[in-house]
Amino acid sequence: MSSDSDNEPIETTSDVTPASTKSSPTPEKEIELPKFEKDLADKIVEKFNTRVKVAFVKPDRVRINVGRDDIKEVAEFLRDVLNFDHAESVSGVDYPQDKEIEVVYHLGSYTDSSLSRQILVLATRAQREENPIPGNDATKLPSLREVFYSVEFHEREIFEMFGVYFQGHPDNRRLLLPEDWADLPPLRKDFAIKGR
Amino acid sequence: MTNELPPGLALQKVDERIMTLNVGPQHPGSGHMRIIVQIDGDFIVACDPDPGYVHRGEEKMAEYRNYITNIPHLERPVIHDSCNILYPYVLGVEELLGIEVPERAKYIRVIASELNRCVYTMYWLAIYGIFLGHSTMFMWPAGDRELLIDLLEKMTGARVTHAHFVPGGVRNDLPPNFEDVCLRQVNYFEKRIKEYAAIFYDNPILIARTANTGILSREDAIRLGTTGSVLRASGVDYDLRKKEPYDVYEELDFQTNVLKEGDSYARSKIPWLDMMESCRIIRHALQKMPKSGSVRVKLKPNPKGKGLDSVYKRVESGRGSLGCYIVSDGKPEPYRVKLSVGSFRNLIALPYLLKGEKLGNMPAVYWSLNYWPVEADR
Amino acid sequence: MLKDLITPQNANVFVGKLGDILEQAIDKPLGYAINWGRIWSLWPVHIETACCSVEFGAASSPRYDVERFGIIEAFGSLRQCDLIVVQGTITRKMAPRLRLVYDQMPEPKYVIAMGACAITGGLYFDSYNVLPGIDGVLPVDVYVPGCPPRPETLIQGCMLLQEKIKRMKARKFV
Ligand code: SF4
Repeated sequence: MSSDSDNEPIETTSDVTPASTKSSPTPEKEIELPKFEKDLADKIVEKFNTRVKVAFVKPDRVRINVGRDDIKEVAEFLRDVLNFDHAESVSGVDYPQDKEIEVVYHLGSYTDSSLSRQILVLATRAQREENPIPGNDATKLPSLREVFYSVEFHEREIFEMFGVYFQGHPDNRRLLLPEDWADLPPLRKDFAIKGR
Repeated sequence: MTNELPPGLALQKVDERIMTLNVGPQHPGSGHMRIIVQIDGDFIVACDPDPGYVHRGEEKMAEYRNYITNIPHLERPVIHDSCNILYPYVLGVEELLGIEVPERAKYIRVIASELNRCVYTMYWLAIYGIFLGHSTMFMWPAGDRELLIDLLEKMTGARVTHAHFVPGGVRNDLPPNFEDVCLRQVNYFEKRIKEYAAIFYDNPILIARTANTGILSREDAIRLGTTGSVLRASGVDYDLRKKEPYDVYEELDFQTNVLKEGDSYARSKIPWLDMMESCRIIRHALQKMPKSGSVRVKLKPNPKGKGLDSVYKRVESGRGSLGCYIVSDGKPEPYRVKLSVGSFRNLIALPYLLKGEKLGNMPAVYWSLNYWPVEADR
Repeated sequence: MLKDLITPQNANVFVGKLGDILEQAIDKPLGYAINWGRIWSLWPVHIETACCSVEFGAASSPRYDVERFGIIEAFGSLRQCDLIVVQGTITRKMAPRLRLVYDQMPEPKYVIAMGACAITGGLYFDSYNVLPGIDGVLPVDVYVPGCPPRPETLIQGCMLLQEKIKRMKARKFV
């Protein structure tokens, strides 16, 4: 996003959804933006300007999208400067139309009491393969385990559920699925469940 | 036997002194999971939790059902805490649909979720008792929790699987005369749980077994992203009911319990202290609740989100913060539902806590994590 | 006279026949006694497979107390147990372990399938990781429906199993 920090691209809805679906119309009425959250977003944009994209600013929730090469740097900035100290959840979302798999980190803070309500949503996308060979194809992302320790099991889960290999993760083993699982990673959209 | 270890079993290469031991899934001290430990004599040198024995693919199933029919199966991961596990999902769907919930429904929800937290904690306590070989501590909580189950049954119609919270409020209003019965039972319940101190928490044998085992420092608790009672036992004051109050928690009067020690004893004490706070919350909520009014906003059939959106809502459950990430694409079914559950987040601490412990302390440390395997596996 | 009948050549046959007759004569009362013993000391294995275990726990709580019907709390060793209550969903990861547990139990052994999930897959009929019932894994004696079954239902299921054991053959003859 080429806009500067003054007029933030504020969309109530954003590119969290498949690009092929039509993009949403502008919000019906101008919403008062929460100040604290906007400042937070501004700080990030100030540091990384065009490399990050602020997807939305809602009360207590800020979402930023970054490219897969920058994610580690952004995460380190969030931890060291903005005091986000742990990841609450890591979720994958599959977008077959975009040929991408999105990995969403929800970051929170225990140490900074002003941030205790806040969740910073850090999203990045990995390339999606039609015929995945988990671990041996282009679906790879840098692991954030060195930055946020708490993502360890979450990233293992994403690896088996979506086939996203996390480079630098020490332990990309299977976690929840049976040992002999040989099918597609089950949470991808092209994996159909019985009778559906 | 081949030298190849099947995936999931590959711990480090070990020398002869060290023995690998499988604890579970059939083991009175493991629950529904397997913990692979390597022991040197009596001391644990490495531990590899192996969850997934109850992985039922809830998140995948949620993509094929609409927002309302998702409710029954999303509460199954923790059936004895079913109000709390539905809470973030329901809050999220309400935000997606843009519904404002009636005041009375909010109070009913708070009461139901606090009752449910007690029911959950009592079951957890019962199992903790039996893990430590303390049979009385199985019988007392298991018997006392039936009181609250009776209350919830009156309120919702089901013993454990309530499915009481729906987007727009709660399924039905309180039965007549509920307030009095509830007050009486909760008062009695509080009196009962105070007695547990005498047989359990002040018991020298229990203290000898749990104090100073599995110590989690404050820094580690934050770094590992633990939550709920584990976090608060390590000295971090973080309770979502205070920090990010949802529904009417802002108006209610209670406090959070924090202990500094970070050992199994502190971790087992926090939920018990929380139950007393829950009793306070319930009493206060019963007082402040509007005496009549609607409890549910009527929804259109097959409600759908306004368009392309995502929400992340979280509540404080019996096991800690419970988040629900919903991505909607404007269809009646969610595009993706992800439950970020407290058990799964606390599991990561297990290898750290068990390292250097005696094998005999394993159940005490493991169950003090306030862990419910079914929830962690989803 | 008897001496004429029994020759060293047919002694074996004769003793065998006598055994048969004896067995038939005391089979009923002996079998009854053996079964009576089995009924009142059913020991379930401690294997929890899913959320129904909450209600299984509640069944041994003071209010329901299955012990008064002769079903002992599930904290014994596998080798002493003769009952396996399958407490809910069997996932693909759990199924081999469940069978392993069953195979290690000594004869006689009985199986109760508790909950809709153990019977047909229940709520999870279309999940990718859940077996549609445990019939393919274990031979089931009693089905206890419900999601989860109330403790009373489970107790009734246990009593049905006891009725069934009463009418079973105590010993298998060759
Ligand atoms: S029958 Fe219901 S309660 Fe029992 S395991 Fe299945 S889903 Fe859980």
